[in-house]
Amino acid sequence: MTMSTASPLTHPSASQGEALHVSNLHKRFGALEVLKGVSLTAKDGDVVALIGGSGSGKSTFLRCVNFLENPTSGVIRINGEEVEMVSDGAGGQVPANRRQIERIRSRLGMVFQNFNLWQHMTLMQNVVEVPIHVLGMKRDEAVAIGEQLLERVGLSAKRDVYPAFLSGGQQQRAAIARALAIQPRVMLFDEPTSALDPELVGEVLKVIADLAAEGRTMLLVTHEMKFAREVASHVIYLHNGIVEEEGPPDELFGSPKSERLKQFIRTVS
Amino acid sequence: MGAPRPAIGERGALMSNTAPKLETPLDTFSIHKEGGPPFRLRDMPPHRIVLVLIGLALVASAAIFMRWDWLPSYGGLILQGLWRTIWILVVTVVLGFLLAVPLGLAQAAGPAIFAIPARWFCTVIRGTPLLLQLWLLYYGLGSLFPQYPWIRGSELWPYLRQAWPYAVLALTLSYAGYEGEVMRGAFAGVPKGQLEAARAFGMRRFTILRRIWLPQAIHRALPTLAGEAVLQLKSTPLVATITVVDLYSVASRVRQDTFITYEPLLLLAAGYLIITGIIVFLFRKLERLIPSRLG
Repeated sequence: MTMSTASPLTHPSASQGEALHVSNLHKRFGALEVLKGVSLTAKDGDVVALIGGSGSGKSTFLRCVNFLENPTSGVIRINGEEVEMVSDGAGGQVPANRRQIERIRSRLGMVFQNFNLWQHMTLMQNVVEVPIHVLGMKRDEAVAIGEQLLERVGLSAKRDVYPAFLSGGQQQRAAIARALAIQPRVMLFDEPTSALDPELVGEVLKVIADLAAEGRTMLLVTHEMKFAREVASHVIYLHNGIVEEEGPPDELFGSPKSERLKQFIRTVS
Repeated sequence: MGAPRPAIGERGALMSNTAPKLETPLDTFSIHKEGGPPFRLRDMPPHRIVLVLIGLALVASAAIFMRWDWLPSYGGLILQGLWRTIWILVVTVVLGFLLAVPLGLAQAAGPAIFAIPARWFCTVIRGTPLLLQLWLLYYGLGSLFPQYPWIRGSELWPYLRQAWPYAVLALTLSYAGYEGEVMRGAFAGVPKGQLEAARAFGMRRFTILRRIWLPQAIHRALPTLAGEAVLQLKSTPLVATITVVDLYSVASRVRQDTFITYEPLLLLAAGYLIITGIIVFLFRKLERLIPSRLG
């Protein structure tokens, strides 16, 4: 069982279980095939970084994992639970059971490129929203956890402030606190620093590195190569919708095998 | 902790240098700002004094030179008409808004079987005069009902034979038609990322609507809603044409009885102006209740 009574500040499960398994994932938008059979397995505590040029399909892959996009075909298993899909009658497939998707999503902590904090709520309201209204937690309990999380990302003083009054870095840190509040089995980061001013990138990366260090399972789409090399346990290089190369970061960045990856590393560094 | 906090309103204490510097100025919390600079006539710019004097002179001359002797005998009727105008306004705005939410949602995100009828409804309502709608309901529908004995015998008959249910229905549908269009835009205007974040955290569709989508849409629509409520107020006199005695029809009654024309109309104008002021004031308060700044 993964029902953990541990503090939300520590990783819920240290066992080496399989947290996320994706095999042969395809995604097609009309005539354009964005993902052409991508597979990935993340065990508990793994930090998997997805890198690749724009249009390589790395963000689409992440969005397929929590079904913000419906994969055209492929198997996704989260927490050992395989998502049932049925044909949509137009060559694609849709989740067979909306409730299953909602349950699985509530165990995946998504952090968006554009933060997407709810604008009509204060930071604290943002953080306690899902625990209360999706997970059915009591308000006092959720607020107590929310206070610890905001403290952790350095935003205690801003708990009653609306997102629009904060910097991008502050908003993204609050968005991380919101994702942590559901005690996620896997954290999903979709280019978390791409929309930030350069001087704000550091504060967000520091929070993410902290989470990686405490052994959280994460799937991270990023353009920050140096950061990926430092925090990731496994790096996947996507090119044109297929896994061109993958492996431990030092191997991948130190001695890239494929010509494309060599070229990619040269252009971004 | 140590020094006792100065009570709100004790402005002297705040001005003194010993008072603790608060993060939020205490004034923010006091609704009725007591004190303040006393009002002095000579501080006003001259042109404003002239304008005020002209205004006062107009009111005074209206009071002195025009005929107001009819007023006491129609006082009760005026209050009755005022009350009827206000409740018709409030009821139709509230009911109309409740209808506008599903109408807007259906158009913004619903499947075709809901979206198309909703769009038709809004187009027909907005494309035909309210007076016509009112008469079609009252003289058309209302005159069909008595031909059916089972309707005449039903519990609803005591209401259906009166005029006001038709007035309320017509005004409600009208407000719903206009607001349905406003809400469509408001729903569509909420950034997709807001809803995507809600979906990504496993919120159910109804929870997303209740907690994220609707609050942000209403917030966006509030200024327009206020304007539409004022327009709705000025549509209410049409109910006089189907024998509902509202504020406007009192003025007509006075004219018919006494052949006095302008005085009741002036009073009527003042009445509608005041109600408009109240509507604008209330909606401003409502907007301030939600202090967020949407990005």
